[in-house]
Amino acid sequence: MTATESPAVAETTVSVTIDGITVQARPGELLIKVAQDHGVYIPRFCWHERMKPVGMCRMCLVEVDGIRGFPPACTLPVNDGMVCRTDTDGVKAAQDGVLELLLINHPLDCPVCDRGGECPLQDTTLAFGPGESRFVEEKRHFEKPIAISDLVLLDRERCIQCARCTRFADEIAGDPLISFVDRGGHTQVLNFPDEPFASYFSGNVVQICPVGALTAKPYRFKARPWDLATVETSCTACAVQCRGALQSSSNRLVRLLGVDSDPVNQGWLCDKGRFGYEHVHAESRRLAPTLDGAEVSWPQALDAVAAELKRERGLHGGSTIAVLGGARGSNESAYAWARLAKGVLGTDNVDAQLGEGLPAEVVLGLPRAQIDDLDRAAAIVLCAGDLKEELPVLFLRVRRAAVELGVPLIDLSAAPHGLSRHVTHPLAVAPGEQGAAAAQLAAALRGGTTPDAAIAAAAAVVADRPGDIVVVLGRPSIAERAEPSVQAAAALAGVPGARFLTALRRGNVHGALESGLAPGFLPGRVTLAAGRDRFAAAWGRVPEAAGLDAEGILRACAAGTVHVLVLLGADPLADFPDRALASKALDTVGTVVAVDAFESDSNRRAKAFLPCTLWGEQSGTVTNLEGRVQRLGRKVSPEGIALDDWRIAAELAQRLGHDFDLETVDEVTDELAAVAPAWHGASAALVRDARDGVVLPVAEHRHEVVLRRVGRALGVDDTPSWEPIKPDARPPVSHSLEEAATDGAPAEISTEADPADASPFGLPIELFRWDALAPTRTVPPRDAYALRLVVSHSLYDGGRVVQESPSLRGLASAPVLMVAAADAQRLGASNGETVKITSARGSATVALRAVEGVTAGTAVLATSAAGFGATELIDAGEIVTDLRVESMR
Amino acid sequence: MSGASGKAVRETRIVTRRLHDVADAWRYDVARADGAYDTWAEVLRRADRADVLGQVKTSGLRGRGGANFPTAIKWESLPDVSPRYLVINGDEGEPSTFKDREIIEKDPHALIEGVCIEAYACNINTAFIYLRGEFALGHDRVVQAVADARANGWVGRDIQGSGFDLDIIVHRGAGAYICGEESALIESLEGKRGMPRIKPPLPIHSGVYSKPTVVNNVETVATITHIMKMGGDEYAKLGVGRSTGTRIAAISGHVQRPGIYEIEFGMTFREILFELCGGIRDGRALKFFLPGGASFQWLVNTDEHLDQVYDIDDISAKLGTTLGSGAIMVYDETTDPLLVAWRLAKFYAHESCGKCTPCREGTGWIEKVLYRMSHGQGRPDDMDLLLAASASISPDVLRAPFTQTTICPLGPSPVSAVASLHKYFRAEVDAACAHANGRARTTIQVHAS
Repeated sequence: MTATESPAVAETTVSVTIDGITVQARPGELLIKVAQDHGVYIPRFCWHERMKPVGMCRMCLVEVDGIRGFPPACTLPVNDGMVCRTDTDGVKAAQDGVLELLLINHPLDCPVCDRGGECPLQDTTLAFGPGESRFVEEKRHFEKPIAISDLVLLDRERCIQCARCTRFADEIAGDPLISFVDRGGHTQVLNFPDEPFASYFSGNVVQICPVGALTAKPYRFKARPWDLATVETSCTACAVQCRGALQSSSNRLVRLLGVDSDPVNQGWLCDKGRFGYEHVHAESRRLAPTLDGAEVSWPQALDAVAAELKRERGLHGGSTIAVLGGARGSNESAYAWARLAKGVLGTDNVDAQLGEGLPAEVVLGLPRAQIDDLDRAAAIVLCAGDLKEELPVLFLRVRRAAVELGVPLIDLSAAPHGLSRHVTHPLAVAPGEQGAAAAQLAAALRGGTTPDAAIAAAAAVVADRPGDIVVVLGRPSIAERAEPSVQAAAALAGVPGARFLTALRRGNVHGALESGLAPGFLPGRVTLAAGRDRFAAAWGRVPEAAGLDAEGILRACAAGTVHVLVLLGADPLADFPDRALASKALDTVGTVVAVDAFESDSNRRAKAFLPCTLWGEQSGTVTNLEGRVQRLGRKVSPEGIALDDWRIAAELAQRLGHDFDLETVDEVTDELAAVAPAWHGASAALVRDARDGVVLPVAEHRHEVVLRRVGRALGVDDTPSWEPIKPDARPPVSHSLEEAATDGAPAEISTEADPADASPFGLPIELFRWDALAPTRTVPPRDAYALRLVVSHSLYDGGRVVQESPSLRGLASAPVLMVAAADAQRLGASNGETVKITSARGSATVALRAVEGVTAGTAVLATSAAGFGATELIDAGEIVTDLRVESMR
Repeated sequence: MSGASGKAVRETRIVTRRLHDVADAWRYDVARADGAYDTWAEVLRRADRADVLGQVKTSGLRGRGGANFPTAIKWESLPDVSPRYLVINGDEGEPSTFKDREIIEKDPHALIEGVCIEAYACNINTAFIYLRGEFALGHDRVVQAVADARANGWVGRDIQGSGFDLDIIVHRGAGAYICGEESALIESLEGKRGMPRIKPPLPIHSGVYSKPTVVNNVETVATITHIMKMGGDEYAKLGVGRSTGTRIAAISGHVQRPGIYEIEFGMTFREILFELCGGIRDGRALKFFLPGGASFQWLVNTDEHLDQVYDIDDISAKLGTTLGSGAIMVYDETTDPLLVAWRLAKFYAHESCGKCTPCREGTGWIEKVLYRMSHGQGRPDDMDLLLAASASISPDVLRAPFTQTTICPLGPSPVSAVASLHKYFRAEVDAACAHANGRARTTIQVHAS
């Protein structure tokens, strides 16, 4: 809730009397919520704040004047003058009765139940239950437990039929794969025969289950709840950066629970994020520094790398050094490496992306939307890859906006995706041609006329609705260059009120770009030119001219003009769209230095391997796709002798004669906040104390900051895991920093009106705005025998998080080529048949499937696990990729 | 012949006349020859919606499904939103209730004509007839009847040139008693698992596909035609008090002549059971009877109960039970009331949809306790245990109409049997459970309180 919303809420309230205390509430709010907000806890099992009430468990029965019997508080909207009692003898008898009934068939196998110790049924029985049972018959029996998916097991004996899981699957995830079957005392939750609960969001049902009926395979029997230590953190499995409560037992990560961050994930996580913690403890982690394959000590490794960098800088001035990667780590790591590269080595050949995203000037220079803006948008324009596969919780948020809030979806996608069925205005765009379609749409949205009926209809709907247009802009496919997406961005940026969410996938890619790991940019959304004086003062030097992006760096490596390549957690052979180019670059470049936790094809022959820490072992901050900076929680000490990336950068800088004078990660955050214009007004302390983080640029979003309770430490230990876990369960102190000052905010948080005073580096610089000039390169016509390729990403991919997490590794499905039925028929290929696909670059064999929703002339290659190289088919220089598909019969 | 009630002790066949008197009335030609659709044609000719509502209002017709809600008032509360739907509840599944089935199987055109008139009165263009899944014959006949009515221009587009359109869709249930509850029926109709919805909103405001929906029982709808034919005034002259007209009673059990009887409200149970139905069979004595189907409290062989007038409001006020779905189950002196209670509880435990905890778990528990009590294994405090367990479903166990902790009245239904055992057969039950197994306690102390 922002400060601007509060007065509107205060205008219309009703008076409700609960247990003799009169409180104010919004009309229509549910009684159970009103009571909870005012400190009266009405016991419940089925009700969940983020789902529609169902009134099943009957635990929240209350007495209300004028209503006969005992209405459930979870289905009762409050109205003015309502008088409710939650503590009468009748209510207590009803609570006793419901609990006794819930327990007659419950197995009470608490000692071996994962939920034991944090179980709502246990807790509610203790607080509200009868304490004895009069049931002497045989309890109901089911086979226990049964696997309803690869990740979730169901014990139907423990189930109390609250419908939280079934409602989540249906209402929130849109995967109605579990349902009640049978009736009466045999009512049970079940998946359908031969159809597992294979939802990307299945872990959420484990979290919200009020008993131990649903358990997660990765966590089963791993810990007792009272042994868990918890820290609040952001998940970095993708760029949404959902808030989570990370838990460990005996210095091992064992569980990640979703935290209900209202502006971001609203309590939900995807399964990749939830269970991906396993990769931190993977056996295959590289934990010792090596030089030419031999294990060495850190000083030896750092000395050698520093010497190599120093020699290269001395010979060629630094521009023959390049740094690729950094999207995986924290803002602090990105900043330290940006400072090392640009301020110490003097190279601007730095890119956190691997040619699979969007140009940095587009990402940093477009008008930004926040995720919450989706809910209030006039329309959402989808011009990205499959959000369900790439940014799953953003998918949930868009889905909610469309399904629950009725926001129109305008789709510029070339391939079917997870939101296709909710799209109200499909604009049938061919691969690579979204620029032209967006230009037409933009013209219509600006009030122009269009011959295209679908575009005209979309524009008409938008014209009738209040709110802004939110464009979800990504790179729909690595088989096409970024230009078509840039053209679309340029066109839509010209629509008044249009704002953008950049749907780049990698965990902290936005944070890395904002922190300076982009060619032509300095930390804090300023160009080299604009920030030169400021950063020269802060760092001592700044590169003269803008450097190369990932494609340029790889071409320069291949051409022999870049001699030293630092791979900052990057694996260009796997991730750069053109494997042949990446391969040539790595074969040709003189020295590769890898900063990574795992060996990969790309870093196997590195001269030096510097093992770094991973998520869960690091603190610091990260920045999500809306520019929200939140804190990472360090929960376990690093494996082996791995170091934080930022510390490796600082150590190297020291050896190169530049003392960064940074001892703690908070000092890095503070330096970043002090020098980076977009961070002005922030600090490590502010990010720590802001409940929902801080949105960049801080100066524009200071009024939205909600401080945690003063003196409250990070952590969520006092919130039960099955309830929506709040970042701070208590009401916020205030809605703005200015109010906080009068409210007794901690002294270390700067509340100065002009944050420039806090910076030793001069007045704020105007932040970079993209000029929205579209590239003019056009898409060549497709010949009639070829299919134009779309490469779609899969959630369970070949990346390290999935491949090094035992629970996730097996979930990747086989690659498949999806075509329109008409094309399959024309090719003479049947469903499931293996076909040969050939591009100008290479060929491969893959199973073909005719899929409804794929446009004729398009071939969608769904890649997943490592091993199948869609990148072997792609020439990075070509704007689109065409395929010949041949039946092999 | 006039009985103690002052009412003629005979059937008053209005709704059931054709199905009794006309062979093969389910055939279109036969029914048409007997005047089927004449009233519908007349209603269309007069083209006066307000008149239909007025006649039904004047008639005092109340819903025949068991809730006795005044039909005209339901129609009047229908919001002016389009589309709106009419749903005919033909999911007659209550044990011992078989009156709608007679109409469905033997006189489906009476049902369809009523649907047409009601839909016209309420200006509804789509009606659903939801039939109990087990009604195989009834389903075939209603489907055929709708097809015939459509072929002959009584249903469909621009009916008889009136400009009024009506589609009738016949839907067969899948065998769940709960789908007789109107909101569960609507869920089922929408293709979902049949479970009652939270109310409010009531179906009249948000029913099928969240649109305003009138749900009426088969007998109610079939009566409308006759009200239009004879006039609301005339219909209202029948009956007693606010219980106007006739009611089809489905009488089963130990009487000489079980079956359906269309009786004018106002007769006494003594007249119904001993004169209309010929008394208890095999010369035995009456022990108890269920006056309103399986879900409500029982009555026994006393003058007070037998002289109770068949009147919706009077029986509720005086004896704390209702006429329910119109079924009367009669048991003679050889019957073990515990067995009857157990069998009823078993039905409800089996048919509980599983939504509300008290019903899902409680009906099963009551069934288990009643099983052991009725099978020689009862424990001395079992009756008290039953009352205590029942209180979790229906807090004032003995009170009628019952209060409930559940969404719908299915859960409290077996509590009626428990309450009846306690009220009328306590000594017999205690005697049956006095010695079994010699175990005195049924309570397991979990911890000292």
